[in-house]
Amino acid sequence: MEEFGFKISKSTRIDLDSACQSLYNQIASKVPDIRTCINCGSCSASCTAATFRRTSFRGAILHINRGFDKKAVEFLKSCMLCGKCFLVCPRGIDTRNIILEIIRSEEG
Amino acid sequence: MKERLVFGYDPFVLPFLTGMIFIIGYLLVGTIRIIICLNGRERKRLLTIFHPATAFRIVKDIFADCLLHIKIFKRNVLLGYMHASIAFGWFMLIVLGHIEVMLFTPQRNGILYYPIFFRYFVMETEQTLRGSFYFFVMDLCLLIVLSGIGLAIYKRFKSHRLGMKRTTKLRLGDNIALYSLWLIFPLRLLAESFTADISGGSFLTKGINSLLHSFVSNPSNISMVWWAYSSALGLFFFALPFSRYMHIPTEILLIALRHAKIEATSLRDGYSEAEIYSCSRCGICIDACPMTFNNQDVKFTSVYYIRLLRRRENASVPAGMCLMCNKCVELCPVGIDSTAIKLINREILNKRISFDYTPVNLSDPEINLAEAGKAKLLYYGGCMTALTPSVSFSIFKILEKAGIEYIHMDKENTICCGRPLLLSGNLKDAKELISKNRKLILDSGCQTLLVSCPICYKMFTEEYDLKNIRVVHHSVYINELINNGEISVKKSADSCVYHDPCELGRGSGIYDQPRSVLESIMDLKEAPEEKRESICCGGSLGSIALSYNNRKEIAKGSLNNLMRYSPDILVTSCPLCLRTFSSVNEKRTADIAQVVYEHMI
Repeated sequence: MEEFGFKISKSTRIDLDSACQSLYNQIASKVPDIRTCINCGSCSASCTAATFRRTSFRGAILHINRGFDKKAVEFLKSCMLCGKCFLVCPRGIDTRNIILEIIRSEEG
Repeated sequence: MKERLVFGYDPFVLPFLTGMIFIIGYLLVGTIRIIICLNGRERKRLLTIFHPATAFRIVKDIFADCLLHIKIFKRNVLLGYMHASIAFGWFMLIVLGHIEVMLFTPQRNGILYYPIFFRYFVMETEQTLRGSFYFFVMDLCLLIVLSGIGLAIYKRFKSHRLGMKRTTKLRLGDNIALYSLWLIFPLRLLAESFTADISGGSFLTKGINSLLHSFVSNPSNISMVWWAYSSALGLFFFALPFSRYMHIPTEILLIALRHAKIEATSLRDGYSEAEIYSCSRCGICIDACPMTFNNQDVKFTSVYYIRLLRRRENASVPAGMCLMCNKCVELCPVGIDSTAIKLINREILNKRISFDYTPVNLSDPEINLAEAGKAKLLYYGGCMTALTPSVSFSIFKILEKAGIEYIHMDKENTICCGRPLLLSGNLKDAKELISKNRKLILDSGCQTLLVSCPICYKMFTEEYDLKNIRVVHHSVYINELINNGEISVKKSADSCVYHDPCELGRGSGIYDQPRSVLESIMDLKEAPEEKRESICCGGSLGSIALSYNNRKEIAKGSLNNLMRYSPDILVTSCPLCLRTFSSVNEKRTADIAQVVYEHMI
């Protein structure tokens, strides 16, 4: 039969169910705040280190949520722990604790 | 006075004697273990304690801290009396016992139990008049100790009457030692009353002897009471290593080590071990800790942290929670620097992680510091001031009014001073930031570095080694400007209270300059707990793991203290405290620079 009309294309939606969220869940068990992130980007906007290198707490959280743990570490490698992100966060997320947990995960 | 028993021995001394031998052995082994853990340089330093001047200071400190408890007296007279009466009274009883042995029975010198049970072994003779002086002093000392024990029992039930809202929870070892300590002195009184008509006594022992004559004159009771007295002593000595009372002997060693300028280098060994065993678990740090506004977090206070270390348990959670506000260290009657031990704990925890600051390049053309040399004054706001631009704005206006040229070091690009990294235990990374910032500051050729954040101020003064450059906090600088007449201010009718930021007050000892500034522009009110007892705002970067909600509780508690006498404005001199208090304070919160700017003529 000749093909015509519309057909269902493969979904481009990010499927969080298929992502490996082990690090995300592991951190969430220690610092539940991480689940309240709304990705507003206040942390990245105020970041001291971001002027020198791509540093973003928001980016890191998005990446570990999607299972890209190594990339997440890259986002935080130049963090100076100054705590500005914690002060501007509208959800009061304990950012420095999460940053240290993510960096520690790299070391195994 | 002459000996009553030919052999100078009775079986009842055995519990005391075994306890005493046990504790002496235990202390010897403990001391040797601590000294073994010191490295060669530290051991060499330890020899300096034999220098007469140092030795004198050590003895003075031992008298002031271990016996007279001057620090606790300053805090609360009753609490101080309780500690001093027991410690000093008992010490005097021991010393006088030895003097009596030396004077009246010199042949028994060096026998461990003899001075303690002296009264049992001697009897009055015709010339006992010489001894009556000692009888009197001994009875007096015993009375003093008994009054202290009475206060201690009272404190168990009503600790707030002695200035302590909360005390530590005791464990089995503590309880055994505590109750045997309480028993020792009433039993001593009773035991000496028995022999008061044989060996002599004074107002106390003689008095009891005549009061309870029918009981005490029965010789079959004598042995029983002396056995009980000796057993209480023995029990106390055996329980000592497993109780908080280990602080009594260990504190002497700690004072000596401190005077030899030895510092904590590991979590559990050497100096730290002396500190851990010197903790008397008095609980003064519980009331001092800002985390205890929330009663659940009492377990994170220094006293319980040290107890975890002493029992060799994992203590990384309380180490990460601590705000590092240093109030517990400031108020600790023993002077245990628990913050330093917690820092070592964090370093161990973060030993294997590292950040990477190679892309951080401060020779960026945007930070043009070539002109800074001309300006002489370099201003560094730091990360926190970047979030509170009103502070730097006010400072610039003040500087302009005074006609002082300045260069804003971190107007565009900036890096952190490194203190948060230092406090989180990432020493290596902090040093990298220090070297980058330090080069920039030294290259600028400035003479003065003006800082508006106490966190940076402490870092620049203590870790940077900036040679001839003067580091000054803006509250001090503004005070100088006012005193030199470079700016003039008018006084308004508003009232204010001043919050001492931890890093500026306890951390750097700056209490008076900000107050002098505020007194010249407003009516400065006091807060119940201020200066060295100031309560952290809860925003401190020292804590890694404290959640937002807990911090908010602390901010509210600290605010309650500051607003007790209802001032109009809460003034602080730290941008972080400013931000933290602003979110919970219904009245106005302002930085000292802001209020000075508003009051400038």
